[in-house]
Amino acid sequence: MKNDPSLLEVLRQQGVSRRGFLKFCAATASLMALPPGMAPVIAKALEQAHRPSVIWLSFQECTGCTESLTRSHAPTIEGLIFDAISLDYHHTLQAASGSAAEEARMAAMKANKGEYLLVVDGSIPTADPGYSTIAGISNLEMLREVAADAAAIIAVGTCAAFGGLPHAKPNPTGAVAVSDIITDKPIINVSGCPPIPVVITGVLAHFLTFGTLPKLDHLGRPLAFYGNNIHDRCYRRPFYERGQFAESFDDEGAKKGWCLYKLGCKGPVTYNACATTKWNNGTSFPIESGHGCLGCSEPNFWDLGGFYNALSEPSVNTGNAAAFGLVAGAAVGAASGIMARKEKDNTSHAHQKVTVNDLKRGESQ
Amino acid sequence: MNIEAVLLWIRGPGLGLALGIFLFGMAIKLLEIFLLGRKKNLAAVRSSGVAAGFRTILSRSLPPDGNILRRPRFTFIFGYAFHIGLFVVMFFLAPHIEVSHALLGLSWPALPTPVVDVFTIISIIAMMALLWHRLTSPLLKYLTTPQDYLVWALTFAPLLSGYMAYHHLLLPYTWLLSIHIGSVELLLILFPFTKLTHAFTLFIARWYTGMMAGQKGVQS
Repeated sequence: MKNDPSLLEVLRQQGVSRRGFLKFCAATASLMALPPGMAPVIAKALEQAHRPSVIWLSFQECTGCTESLTRSHAPTIEGLIFDAISLDYHHTLQAASGSAAEEARMAAMKANKGEYLLVVDGSIPTADPGYSTIAGISNLEMLREVAADAAAIIAVGTCAAFGGLPHAKPNPTGAVAVSDIITDKPIINVSGCPPIPVVITGVLAHFLTFGTLPKLDHLGRPLAFYGNNIHDRCYRRPFYERGQFAESFDDEGAKKGWCLYKLGCKGPVTYNACATTKWNNGTSFPIESGHGCLGCSEPNFWDLGGFYNALSEPSVNTGNAAAFGLVAGAAVGAASGIMARKEKDNTSHAHQKVTVNDLKRGESQ
Repeated sequence: MNIEAVLLWIRGPGLGLALGIFLFGMAIKLLEIFLLGRKKNLAAVRSSGVAAGFRTILSRSLPPDGNILRRPRFTFIFGYAFHIGLFVVMFFLAPHIEVSHALLGLSWPALPTPVVDVFTIISIIAMMALLWHRLTSPLLKYLTTPQDYLVWALTFAPLLSGYMAYHHLLLPYTWLLSIHIGSVELLLILFPFTKLTHAFTLFIARWYTGMMAGQKGVQS
């Protein structure tokens, strides 16, 4: 590692100016909600940083996370920073294959024992190890083996962070998140389907600068990016306040850009940076193109009760429970009513009328 | 189990359970009332009394002779402020209408959120005033049972948690939304078994009183 070029040298070789580099550091500092004074510290740390060894494991995934991070908009500084890490194993990107690839992984693990970063995308099947294997090794076994000597683990994408799509009902493969298996290592969840590229580079920059992981929320996500929900940062929020909602995707409201709450937008319970950092090199985010937020950075977003049902709507069909309650209640109520009626009849039959004779008898006593 | 999973349960199976218990309890309650029957009226009726029944439902909501001074002022003013506020909040906030649309297929125009917000504040203040009145008035204190405090809390919790959720007070929105919907479910579950049933029985009782008066040809 000693002879490796530093990150700044790598960036220079790729034609990034110092000005561009400092701009990136300042942007990263502000994105991560660090004080502006931290920008030079980040710059200095990154200048001197040697390429950290990264082992990237892909389990039950669609490669969308890798696509998002490597090909969304090239070339950018984020992309180049990403190139500048020593990606020692990534079976989609690496040239080596077969046993050569596995040897590269073993070599990287040995050379950087206790120091390498482990990036995981995809969930891990637990129902049957045969559902997903790499070089004949089950995902579960490989994760345990590589995680044992990792400095930290970055779970990229909702599958690795929370189980994601494979975890959706009825979860045939018994898919679980990284944090369900590894409990003794720092894990940072960069959720999203896929996650925003700048979040990955932000986390890497933080790790290289401070040697620690950034502050995380209760789901292990970096607070700097997942601290606000989409709804609070949405440019369509004023329409929500005014009660102006699109009722369908092609009505007047939709054309005027009104709030998509009624069309199923999950923005109020979705914590991510889409509305501020945006996608495709800052072009837009899904709500800007007229579609509600799916809530892809949240656990179980696939089972939140339908992408096109409003958040306040029931997430499952409650008709059966309601009908059962009504029918059972009607039966008990009818039985109780009939019994009360019977009692009333019995009482009135049992009632003995007072006759004149009864009264006279009372007088004579 | 994280809060996201709790919210999912509350929006799904929890809601089904609460609705089921609510309908179960209300069906029992209403059938018991209706099946009990009433004594046969042996006198010749002046009118069917149906119209008089509906008239009484309305007239009992108005101050007698248009003079509110003839009712206990505090209870009258704050009682109405609370009930009207609650009605507006329940039926005119857009997300609430979506619930009705999903469950019954019925929907109607919503009010702007800041307007609903004002009614929420009115309701919250009125409810706190009514509680204070209940705690300080010797007569009310004498009449109050523990259930009165229970139903106050059951009604107050959804109002307060809804207000807090909208304004993002104290807790993250996911938490507050879970507490809000959960508190409504608790209200639904206990509704049929407490004096909260007055929301339904009030109209039945008023209509019956008005009908009886109408049949006798007297004003009620």
